[in-house]
Amino acid sequence: MIPQLTAADYIRLLPELVLIVFGIIVMLAEPLVAPESDRKSLGIIAFIGAVLSVLASIYQTSYQGDGFLGMIRVDSFSIFFHVVIGLITAVVILASFEYLNVQQIKYGEYYALILFGAVGQMLMSSAVELVLIFIALEISSIATYILAGFRRRVAISIESSVKYFLLGSFATGFFLYGIALIFGATGTTRIYDIAASLLQPPVPSLAYAGVALMFVGLGFKVASAPFHVWTPDVYEGAPAPVVAFMSTGPKAAAFAVLLRVLFATDAPGWFWLLWASAILSMCIGNIGALVQQSVKRMLAYSSIAHAGYILVAFAAAKDLGISAVIFYTAAYAAMNVGAFAIVAHLANAGEKYVTLEDYAGLGRRAPAQAAILTVFMLSLIGIPVTGGFLAKFYVFQAAMQAHLTGLVVVGVINSAIASYYYLRVIVVMYMREPSKQVPVMRMSTGLVVALSACVLATIYLGVLPDRVLQYALTSARALTR
Amino acid sequence: MNTHVLDSFILSLVVFVPFGGALLLMIFPRRERDIRAFTLAVAVLTFILSLHLPVHFDYAKTGGFQFEVNSQWIQTPNIHYHMGVDGFSMWLVVLTTFLLPLCVLMSWHSVHERVKEFHILLLMLSAAIIGVFVSLDLFLFYFFWEASLIPMALLIGVFGHDRRVYAAVKFFLYTMIASVFMLAAMLWLYAHVGSFDFTDIQRAIATGAVDISGAGKWLFLGFFIAFAVKVPLFPFHTWLPDAHVEAPTAGSVLLAGVLLKMGTYGLLRFNIGLFPAEAHRNAPWIIALAIIGIIYGALVAMVQPNMKKLVAYSSVSHLGFVVLGIFSFTTIGLVGGTFVMLAHGVSTGALFTLCGMIYERRHTYEISEYGGLATSMPVYATFFLVITLASIGLPLLNGFVGEFMVLSGAFLARPVWGIVAATGVIWSACYMLWMYQRVFYGEIKNDANRQLNDLNARERAILWPMAAAALIMGVAPLLWTRAIDPAAQNLLSVISQVMGR
Repeated sequence: MIPQLTAADYIRLLPELVLIVFGIIVMLAEPLVAPESDRKSLGIIAFIGAVLSVLASIYQTSYQGDGFLGMIRVDSFSIFFHVVIGLITAVVILASFEYLNVQQIKYGEYYALILFGAVGQMLMSSAVELVLIFIALEISSIATYILAGFRRRVAISIESSVKYFLLGSFATGFFLYGIALIFGATGTTRIYDIAASLLQPPVPSLAYAGVALMFVGLGFKVASAPFHVWTPDVYEGAPAPVVAFMSTGPKAAAFAVLLRVLFATDAPGWFWLLWASAILSMCIGNIGALVQQSVKRMLAYSSIAHAGYILVAFAAAKDLGISAVIFYTAAYAAMNVGAFAIVAHLANAGEKYVTLEDYAGLGRRAPAQAAILTVFMLSLIGIPVTGGFLAKFYVFQAAMQAHLTGLVVVGVINSAIASYYYLRVIVVMYMREPSKQVPVMRMSTGLVVALSACVLATIYLGVLPDRVLQYALTSARALTR
Repeated sequence: MNTHVLDSFILSLVVFVPFGGALLLMIFPRRERDIRAFTLAVAVLTFILSLHLPVHFDYAKTGGFQFEVNSQWIQTPNIHYHMGVDGFSMWLVVLTTFLLPLCVLMSWHSVHERVKEFHILLLMLSAAIIGVFVSLDLFLFYFFWEASLIPMALLIGVFGHDRRVYAAVKFFLYTMIASVFMLAAMLWLYAHVGSFDFTDIQRAIATGAVDISGAGKWLFLGFFIAFAVKVPLFPFHTWLPDAHVEAPTAGSVLLAGVLLKMGTYGLLRFNIGLFPAEAHRNAPWIIALAIIGIIYGALVAMVQPNMKKLVAYSSVSHLGFVVLGIFSFTTIGLVGGTFVMLAHGVSTGALFTLCGMIYERRHTYEISEYGGLATSMPVYATFFLVITLASIGLPLLNGFVGEFMVLSGAFLARPVWGIVAATGVIWSACYMLWMYQRVFYGEIKNDANRQLNDLNARERAILWPMAAAALIMGVAPLLWTRAIDPAAQNLLSVISQVMGR
């Protein structure tokens, strides 16, 4: 029988299709651009593509349901992640114009790869079939492996790319193995069929092993301990805007998959996995970040810690926990993309200025840039008026509702420790005199727009979170229904 | 009681006028004079607005809050924008708004770098502090509580003296780490009560709808540690001298004047208001810490060679009185404790202002650098004497009233507490008068002190309101206590209900 695809099937894939089309346009247009000129025109095409994909995701609201023979499912959950990923992509592209120019990187493929990466991530959040999830994961990963090595004349960038590639493929291997075991245990790879099959006891022990292995693969992608070891090196070497992208986009997508895999199937035996990984991630991330001199490395460790906070919400489970995860992902995307975008700007040619020492006296030299970075640091600490505060608050509140008092106590102590290293950035910027000459560049228009978007999103989520939070709650219910 | 049209949103105005002023300042042109004038205007406006509270306060009403505003802010979790004041908090709000314009004035010449940022931080800090005093939703309270941290840390760290960075980071970390325990306790309460609303939680615990017999001890401690660090209660006080000495004058004034009161207010409102049984059980050792603080603070103050540090340690001592009064569980002790908060805010604020004025002239706080100032600066010496006497607790000045009531309360509760704590009054006379003698009397030995200008009009304009307030509070304390008294009685009746059950 030849399967019949209707127009609705394509609409349920519309955001991904838009990104693919624009990615191909960028690739085709790349040879037409004069070799020595910058690739801003291609970037603008890519930006338009990203914005259109966000609009396409919003358009999907009236087309919820299964598509492509039940391979993907469009629900408020997937739409939420599509919008977040689309916005991340758009902002990262905007922030990249100036960066590529300064670093003299003249390859239009950069923009195409970002779009393709976003395709994979979006697909991850809507796929409800494990093999498709795996393929989407690979699409996203391969794009980011290449992007990590884009400063190809710099040794650490190559190192970053190779390390990410080797460890990443190893991790996806685990993930695939997990899928195979689940298939062995339940006879299907469709998430909602797996759910139905696991409802009937006894749960085969293969399923436990399968869930554990899949968790290893996804734990790698979200940089949670003990699968975090690659993070600092890869983030340090990769181009800063790429780090902005890969510390938020793939992470959001991997959390989406984890949510679907764990909660839609009501998979067995996940609680202690999450519990242990959450505690490890928070402690390792925060303690590791305390001693870093490079801001990029510090933010890498901080991203491990944030993965830990999100896993706390995972452990809390139920609608509240899931909505806390969703909200946290959005808030984290806003503040982290912003932080890396400004780090990319301050790094200057060859990413020379990325240590704390280089930031000394920034409050005087570049007050606007220092103020913007301060907003993101405060949000990462979790100070009120910022999205980071409410995000953390929801996570701990959800965990407390689930009576995970121990996890909450470890979490709040960790966030107190974390305030030290974020605060140090602010202290250095405003209270230290510079020990050497560090040039300051003016921000380009694209970057200003990108950063304003991040600042506004951070503050919006901190002051008027209700709409996003309600939507997150609806999404959570859509997932567990 | 007729209601006034402003009643329902006066508290929001008092919080958001300074905050809005700070936002406007961000887009203000960088002309220093205009910035100062604008901030002063905002500060004065806030003060005038805040006077609405005591004028329209219903003094006959016992129990409950006034000028309440309550609307949903976030649906899940259930968070309300709930504000209101009672006798305890109303005067603390007015104290904050009273000190704010004076802070702007006293920084007129001493802050000349990054003027815009300084005033933005000053306004934001006051908005957050006022927010703390008026919040009746635990989330909102925590929101403002944390929000007050950053501007204060930046004021110390950017505009302070030599070791400012150390002091700012220490201040930040101490208070931040302590307050996350409070957050954990709040989340526990929400998980069991289903509301962050202060009155809901208070009712749920008092009626036994939520059983805290197991967790109560930890909840009490979670709140206690956050507030004890802020007060600061011995032995959590070590951040205070550093922060005070390094902070710019306006920062010290707000820090000592109102920021520390966030701690004592928190003890009063939450530790006692929510967990009366636990508070009662823990009172003996808390009082022991308070009495140690009173005496230890005074003794350390006595040996300080640095004027500002001396005043800082005297704060530790005075706030010990506040905690003693609060945990004596007597009406007079509670009223006295609250009164000491207000009196200390005025007189210690004034002392820091005076220290700042002499620092502007001589750039040192060392007591040994001075001597004989009464000859060269008679007006300054007079103001200093009045405030010194107020701080010691001379009758007819504000310090006396509060400390007297606190000590009476302590006697009523347990005489030995009163006897030991009363020695603190003697110690305070020792260190303050001794300092006064060394700075102002005798021959001028240091030639640098010979040609000092006496206070100018601006400086007098700052000190007059403070000195006047110190006198009026001493002569007519009833103006203040008639609002505090019903609140204290109400709190005690709540406590006795719970204890009797």
